Amino acid sequence: MDRFVFLTIDGLSRGAVYAAFALALVLIWRAARVVNFAQGAMAVAAAYVAYTVSAETGSYWLGFVVAIVAGLLLGALVDRAVMRFVDHTSPLNPVIVALGLVLLIQAVLGMVYGSEFRPAEAPFSRSALSVGGVAVLSPYDLFVFAAIGVVVSGLAWMFARTPVGLRMRAAAFAPEVSRLLGVNVGGMLTLGWALASGVGALAAMLVIPTELGLHPHAMDLVFVSAFTAAVVGGLDSPPGAVVGGLVVGLLLSYVSGYAGSDLTPLAVLVLLLAVLLVRPGGLFAPVAARRV
Amino acid sequence: MRAPQSRTEDDTTSASDLLVVRGLVAGYGAAPVLQAIDLTVPAGTIAAVVGANGAGKTTLLRALSGMIRPVAGQVLLAGEDLRGTPVEQLVRRGMAHVPEGRGVISELTVDENLRLGGLWRRDRADAGRALDEVYELFEPLARRRRHLGHQLSGGERQMLALGRALVGRPRLLLLDEPSLGLAPRVVARTMALLRQLRDQTGLTVLLVEQNVRSALAIADQGVVMSLGRVVTAAPAATLRDDVELRHAYLGF
Repeated sequence: MDRFVFLTIDGLSRGAVYAAFALALVLIWRAARVVNFAQGAMAVAAAYVAYTVSAETGSYWLGFVVAIVAGLLLGALVDRAVMRFVDHTSPLNPVIVALGLVLLIQAVLGMVYGSEFRPAEAPFSRSALSVGGVAVLSPYDLFVFAAIGVVVSGLAWMFARTPVGLRMRAAAFAPEVSRLLGVNVGGMLTLGWALASGVGALAAMLVIPTELGLHPHAMDLVFVSAFTAAVVGGLDSPPGAVVGGLVVGLLLSYVSGYAGSDLTPLAVLVLLLAVLLVRPGGLFAPVAARRV
Repeated sequence: MRAPQSRTEDDTTSASDLLVVRGLVAGYGAAPVLQAIDLTVPAGTIAAVVGANGAGKTTLLRALSGMIRPVAGQVLLAGEDLRGTPVEQLVRRGMAHVPEGRGVISELTVDENLRLGGLWRRDRADAGRALDEVYELFEPLARRRRHLGHQLSGGERQMLALGRALVGRPRLLLLDEPSLGLAPRVVARTMALLRQLRDQTGLTVLLVEQNVRSALAIADQGVVMSLGRVVTAAPAATLRDDVELRHAYLGF
């Protein structure tokens, strides 16, 4: 039972990170109909910026803030300088360009920082506090839950309640009509990329200290898990991405705890395959609105 | 109300002309659909562009609102050249375009669709007033504020699209086939409403219609298009009574 509680908490903590990363994928998918395969590499790049800033200044928090800002800027840059010029008539084109970006970003990071693992510090203790003799939650887990909770509810509020959120949704659903109503659709698209990339950077900052450390490929497996989470959620549904992230986190935690950690990459792929075979629209696929 | 006027050959621009189009050439790809369109719509009047399928009516509206870039020619809105103005800026110049099929965003609620129409405005207080006025004007919408666009009937969508344009308090309203797929009673109500808006608020309307009878019934000016050209522009009453013209281009 202790073990189950521990694995559950650990799974939810990792799942929260997957949820954020999946949410970032969904944001871009909804805005631009592109699956951003470069998101992992972009997030790692932002984390390296944070590493440099923290190493120079000795402040984790300064690095943390800079990472988010770098993520936002990198997202806007990728949209404005790269994706804007890609022909979107075939969905394959942006995917291949995104994969090219992965190679580019990882190569540049390798040249600048080298490809050894660099230790990434966690701002809070990662040793779990015990409640009644059962190891439950570490302060770092609490930090992860809080940070992602704030970001997810902030985004939900922004999309549902603010004028800019309304503009972004309108621009994504009906770009042409939105332009006629005075919405700067290109600007909304850039904002979507920036926000998604910022959320990705946050996820990287939260997950890297829990793994081997900072490395150009540090987010590759996280990307696979988050992509699976997004597909589980239906790729089009922000709440679906969050639930999908938690589901994938729990699954991986149980598999690695009860069956061995070697099996986790396999488990992710089995889940991805199962969802695509049984329910390709995802568990949260909305009822398709009839276009009239 | 001023008398409608015929202006086909007239090259002078009077201060009261809200929309002036000169020699407009536009289309998709190599062959232009519109071939040197000339058109003048005085402020506070309703102009109906009629003609067969493929005459270029929708293309004309899309060229006016910048959805397609004109190859040549000039579009003046209240004397200002609109060339190079991005589509999203036109609503700020006072032009509202309700596209064919009406463009209700079906994933958004009625209220969100309507608010979207006024989001660009700096005068937030007046945007709020305009929203309330639209809800008063279209009572069924007020009862369905939280419904999604795809849950509305055809007539309600029509109201929503029109209301959304009115929230921006446009000077010029471009309407593409407002009667499309609607029951005759709903069409009659819409047309009467356009007339009412013209009389009460001085709204200028350029509407494109296949439903020639109802369009000419409320229009001040009728513009007949055929194969990308303006064949004739005349007071709507004259067109209604011109048997030859009706037979030749309008089919009734």
